[in-house]
Amino acid sequence: MTLALTGCVQSQRDSGTDDSAAPESDVNSTFIFGASADPSGLDPAFASDGETFRISRQIFEGLVGVEPGTADPAPLLATDWESNEEGTSYTFDLQEGVTFHDGTEFNAEAVCANFDRWYNWTGLTATESLSYYYGSLYGGFAGDENALYESCSADDELTATVNLTRPFSGFIASLSLPAFAMQSPTALEEYGADDVGGSEEAPEYSEYGEAHPTGTGPFVFESWSPGSEVVLQANPDYWGEQGQVQEIVFRVIDDPTARRQALESGDIDGYDLVAPADTAALDEAGFNVMQRDPFTILYLGFNQQIPELQDIRVRQAIAHAIDREALVTQVLPEGTEVASQFIPPVVNGYNEDVTDYEYDPARAQELLAEAGFADGLSLQFNYPVNVSRPYMPNPEQIFTALSSQLEAVGITVEPVADEWTDYLDRMRGTADHGIHLLGWTGDYNDTDNFVGVFFNGYSNEWGFENAELFGALTEARQIPQPEDATEAYQEINEQIAQFVPGVPLAHPAPSLAFAERVTSYPASPVNDEVFNMIELSE
Amino acid sequence: MLRTIGKRLLLLIPTLFGLTVLLFFWVRALPGGPAAALLGERATPEAIERINEAYGFNRPLPEQYITWLGRLLQGDFGNSIETRRPVLEEFANRFPATVELAVMALIIAVGIGIPLGYWAARHHGRFIDHISVAGSLVGITIPVFFLAFILKWIFAVQLGWLPSTGRQDRGVDATHVTGFYVLDGLLTGELDASLNAIVHLLLPAIALATIPLAIIVRITRASVLEVVNADYVRTGRAKGIAQSTIRNRFVLRNAMLPVVTTIGLQAGLLISGAVLTETVFAFPGIGAFLAGAIFARDFPVLQGFVLFIALSYALINLLVDISYSFIDPRVRIQ
Repeated sequence: MTLALTGCVQSQRDSGTDDSAAPESDVNSTFIFGASADPSGLDPAFASDGETFRISRQIFEGLVGVEPGTADPAPLLATDWESNEEGTSYTFDLQEGVTFHDGTEFNAEAVCANFDRWYNWTGLTATESLSYYYGSLYGGFAGDENALYESCSADDELTATVNLTRPFSGFIASLSLPAFAMQSPTALEEYGADDVGGSEEAPEYSEYGEAHPTGTGPFVFESWSPGSEVVLQANPDYWGEQGQVQEIVFRVIDDPTARRQALESGDIDGYDLVAPADTAALDEAGFNVMQRDPFTILYLGFNQQIPELQDIRVRQAIAHAIDREALVTQVLPEGTEVASQFIPPVVNGYNEDVTDYEYDPARAQELLAEAGFADGLSLQFNYPVNVSRPYMPNPEQIFTALSSQLEAVGITVEPVADEWTDYLDRMRGTADHGIHLLGWTGDYNDTDNFVGVFFNGYSNEWGFENAELFGALTEARQIPQPEDATEAYQEINEQIAQFVPGVPLAHPAPSLAFAERVTSYPASPVNDEVFNMIELSE
Repeated sequence: MLRTIGKRLLLLIPTLFGLTVLLFFWVRALPGGPAAALLGERATPEAIERINEAYGFNRPLPEQYITWLGRLLQGDFGNSIETRRPVLEEFANRFPATVELAVMALIIAVGIGIPLGYWAARHHGRFIDHISVAGSLVGITIPVFFLAFILKWIFAVQLGWLPSTGRQDRGVDATHVTGFYVLDGLLTGELDASLNAIVHLLLPAIALATIPLAIIVRITRASVLEVVNADYVRTGRAKGIAQSTIRNRFVLRNAMLPVVTTIGLQAGLLISGAVLTETVFAFPGIGAFLAGAIFARDFPVLQGFVLFIALSYALINLLVDISYSFIDPRVRIQ
């Protein structure tokens, strides 16, 4: 029983507004979700991981939200916004009548307090391990000449203006990230949110980040028992729709099989990233298995520090040797789409007419022969083991499928497998790898958050210099309005396809599984899932 | 005897010091580092460099070691890189859970293992003996995580008799005083809470107990077999001493020495066995946490936890040695 989610959610939003929010008495209004890990803290500004953001999305809201079921920005705490022509100044109209959980009013001053807080981080608070998103998207902090943020002013109670030093086309979309959610200035101050103290080697949680997260969202923080669970309660004063769920428990179960068994035994109501091998069995047993629209890319990368891979004919040959359709049907989860470029279809700049290297083993052999490898070619093939990523649920199986396809055209594969951390280290830190599996899960709807991550400059992973491509990406990033960047990104995608730095393989769709009583869940490609939209039948 | 115990405790100091050296360099010999683990796909060489700089991981190893040791001597074990909490606090929060699990497993292993071993020995060569020997062989060879999954599948998923995860149900009124949930319930009079915690302990404890149980059965059986044929037992019988006296004072007491040694060794191993069991049952003890720390290359946690575990292992063995002198008056710890 696979539910069509997007439609479901949409209809509830439409009809739900005039319904009374009171929970039905015969429904167990506690929703227990099986989380794969503890949150890394409760202050989303200092987080970059999915489990933390899943909890943050219940407690906090940003100026910008996400259109349900899509990756597109939508009004949330800001009802509307406008930018100047240059894209360096944004004026936000704010939602009226919103208060933070501690009673502090949400207004323009609160907005500016948050922007100023991020900008003024120093020392440890300004490192990637804490403020990853602000650091990487906003160019730097106070005193940094590369900093994107300039100032914020409260024009009146419900109007705030944010000024930037230069245009950034992903600005609005980026504000939908939980890392940029609005937090109560009073609580931030009272509980010393930025006192992550200790020493440099031993950063410590602030009191705020451990026990006092204070936002405007539909759920209020109650408790966190590390290693066991995080508990939230419905916010009785929520400005939006309250929903059926009155209590959320995020129970930490780090083993994937244990999560499945916990669902089967009724200990939890649902969990994320269901193993592809489990979906069919759970579905048959009457559980609700759901797929998010893919917002991922899995690719086979080429390291051009390897001489053979510097020959474009070899790269094209590998692209022709791979049967992506077969890969998707054989080893990837239901809902996965075949990829033709390095961004998923819902992202701005997706090029329908991009050069595609169709599966053609004969052509692959021809190209190899032209390149002087008629007698065969031997390549190192790197892949990680014992890891499951949203874009790569089963690297071992993907490797097996691809290597047999490559062997079929006369490419001998030398497998090199590593544990996940070592694998990333090898990709990012060394030149010692050949063709390899890797990918990305998008954070928000910004093309640069995909192609810019891979190709914004020389890297060990890809090992090539391409001034034309690097330059085009830098330029595209500075186009003020995302709409205007569409064409530039379409061209970039074609440019990438011509250059064949790797083969985009698929856009795997992450699966979720729920107990039968969960009749609707707001599955979102960018994981913008707020549990007040959940519907329970018993 | 107090002096001897004092001496043994003093001996712990050089042992633990040696361990700090081994641990420190072993942990750093693991490929990949905490920065890469922390950043995942987002790890660029520059970002890794900045984090290593901030945490001091790029300084010379001997310098890092001395800094760590210096803090250690002041009782500062540092903070977990992943959870950012003090290592000591993380340990203290989780240790009671593991101890409860280990004690429960030990109760099962000893409570069943000794009578079963004795029984097998008394029926030496008969069907029941063969069964227990074969059964204990299975018990030793079956992988703990496999057994854990099977137990869970039968008793939690199919039958729904026992919970599959956690230490205590939500909704149970429980005041936590010591962190030992079973004990807490007894102390505060919340017997439901105690019972609920015991129910949660059952499956993981059974899974964890199988190997020690099997070993205890075998050792008890062998040791009883040896003693029942000893001269003094025969003499005792010849003198007409009551059967129960012979069993309790002659056979069991003498047969217990090797069994107690085994139990001591197993008690230490239970803590390492807990790594797998706790992961499978999402049981919030030190085992599951330590497993996560290895993948995250959480240096301070690995170093601190292993030190604590080594310390508790050493203390358990000291207790075992002391208990010898009660069982066998000839043994005096020197």
